[in-house]
Amino acid sequence: MKNFKNKMLSVLVLSLFAAGASAQLDGFPRTPSGKPDFSGIWQAMTKAHYDIEPHAAAYGPHPGQMGALSAIPGSQGIIEGGRIPYTEAARRQRDENRIGAIDKDPLTKCYMPGVPRANYLPFPFQIVQSTEVILIAYEFAESNRILYVDQPEIQSQVDAWMGHSNAEWDGDTLVVRVTGQMPDTWFDRSGNHHSWEMVVEERWTPMGPNHVQYEATMTDPNTYTQPWKVTFPLYRHVAKNYQLLEFKCAEFAEEYLYGEWRKEGTPIGNLPQ
Amino acid sequence: MNINKRLLPIALAATCNVALLHGAQAQTDYEVPRTEWGHPDLQGVWNFSSNTPMQRPSRYGTQEFLTEEQLQEAVERQTRSAAAAEAAAAQRVIDPDAPPVTDNPGGYNDFWIEVAGIGDTVRTSHIVYPENGRVPPAVEGAPRAFGGLGPDIPGIRPVRYVVGGIAKDGPEDRGLSERCIVGFNSGPPFVPSLYNNNMQIVQNQDTVVIFTEMIHDARIVPLMDAPSLDDDIRLWSGDSRGWWEQDSLVVQTRNFNGHRQTFNSTGANYDMVLTERFTRTAYETVDYAFTIDDPSTFTDKITAIIPMTKVAGQIYEYACHEGNYGMVNILRGERMAEQRAGGDDS
Repeated sequence: MKNFKNKMLSVLVLSLFAAGASAQLDGFPRTPSGKPDFSGIWQAMTKAHYDIEPHAAAYGPHPGQMGALSAIPGSQGIIEGGRIPYTEAARRQRDENRIGAIDKDPLTKCYMPGVPRANYLPFPFQIVQSTEVILIAYEFAESNRILYVDQPEIQSQVDAWMGHSNAEWDGDTLVVRVTGQMPDTWFDRSGNHHSWEMVVEERWTPMGPNHVQYEATMTDPNTYTQPWKVTFPLYRHVAKNYQLLEFKCAEFAEEYLYGEWRKEGTPIGNLPQ
Repeated sequence: MNINKRLLPIALAATCNVALLHGAQAQTDYEVPRTEWGHPDLQGVWNFSSNTPMQRPSRYGTQEFLTEEQLQEAVERQTRSAAAAEAAAAQRVIDPDAPPVTDNPGGYNDFWIEVAGIGDTVRTSHIVYPENGRVPPAVEGAPRAFGGLGPDIPGIRPVRYVVGGIAKDGPEDRGLSERCIVGFNSGPPFVPSLYNNNMQIVQNQDTVVIFTEMIHDARIVPLMDAPSLDDDIRLWSGDSRGWWEQDSLVVQTRNFNGHRQTFNSTGANYDMVLTERFTRTAYETVDYAFTIDDPSTFTDKITAIIPMTKVAGQIYEYACHEGNYGMVNILRGERMAEQRAGGDDS
């Protein structure tokens, strides 16, 4: 009798768990083959792109010219546990990066942001999900990724700014292993960094019709004493006819990158046609 | 037996031309695979390299395809040219014990320059309209400008062509590909060029992505009745909308920013309406056709057909801007030259 009660209790718990999981997915689109369909335009609503660690509001660059427009808003950060577990040497490097960080941040130059930073920039990105590949197009710098689904034989062959992404399904969670990233990208405007050895494991989990829970775990023994994780929700853009717009920022970074070699007095940029 | 790399396309073309000439019937039997949403499946990595000229040599008139005799003549002509090139190379070999030139692995440039057989399409030109296969006359006053790999050709901004420049005063004086803003072959529309003629198509239910290797541009094409962007939103790659016509994907693009040429070194693409058509005709082939309609630049429309071949590989990240040391060197070199000339650059 006791065994029967235990079995019934287990069935009840499992049923409730399944109902909870199902409720989370109510309304989340699925492909004809039954996989969660992440296709759509998404964006994070964090201020982590300034600093992924907790921080108070602060002065931004060029306060004399930009005033409040350049000020850095406060943020609770997106790191589980609050802080990145740097090795001593890597923490010193981060602190060095912070001095004049705005001039060192690769995004100032319109370089591709890498993963996971691309996912919490204040720019939207679009997922187009097919069966064997999933494309993620980011508005910033027109950076993008092809995720190879269940194709582990396709491995990173050469380092890339957006890395190489292998994906597989864990139930309704899309798990993506990102390797082969260039060591030059940062996590934010505050000098948080990694090495060539970093492996990122992303987990994309539907949380409601228009929400995805995003997690990324960073493993990089060159830089961190242990793996660490960021977590934040992604929100679907629901406005009718909303679309990504071109942001070819290479053009806007030319003066920053090449201005010192410009012939004095020549005009900057092209006028609209 | 070693087959010289430059002869390989010719050999393949000669081997395949009979099949190609008689392949039309076989292709009509081809059943296009479907995506899980039921649309024709165009997905994969495709290459649009070509040795076919964009404009038709005038001797062919309105003839769209080579005859078997003309094809054979072209194969022989290319074979003679390749042999002459080998002979010229052999004369430059001064080592008496040097291996035969056919064992020569070739120069550095050989491995990244893409070649395609002349028999791939047996077309006399990619342009099929106007019927003479030639670019129609330009509208009077339409700008024309030519870049290239030689010395700068003085001109005025904006520089709308892709390679070369009008000066070295600032980055805006250089071609758009030198600035890493647009690829020199990836359009839109695609135009076969020296290398990296690669693109990937990704589809879902209501969207197609046309993803180019050059400058990693993902052109997102909604397959829905969404209105075009506001006329004031002008884009380097334009604003695309798509739909299916039988088994062909049709993509229409407008709202170009006018900072690029329309076609063939001519015009500014502000008023251009580009219509592209992608049709899978075989497992390894997508026929790509485009029509340019720009009454501000050309007196007639232009339609071209370019077959794309399936690639068993992946698109690589073409991080042009991140590695654009060339731009620094171009500008810095010019400033140094001016300095050495005593600051007098007139």
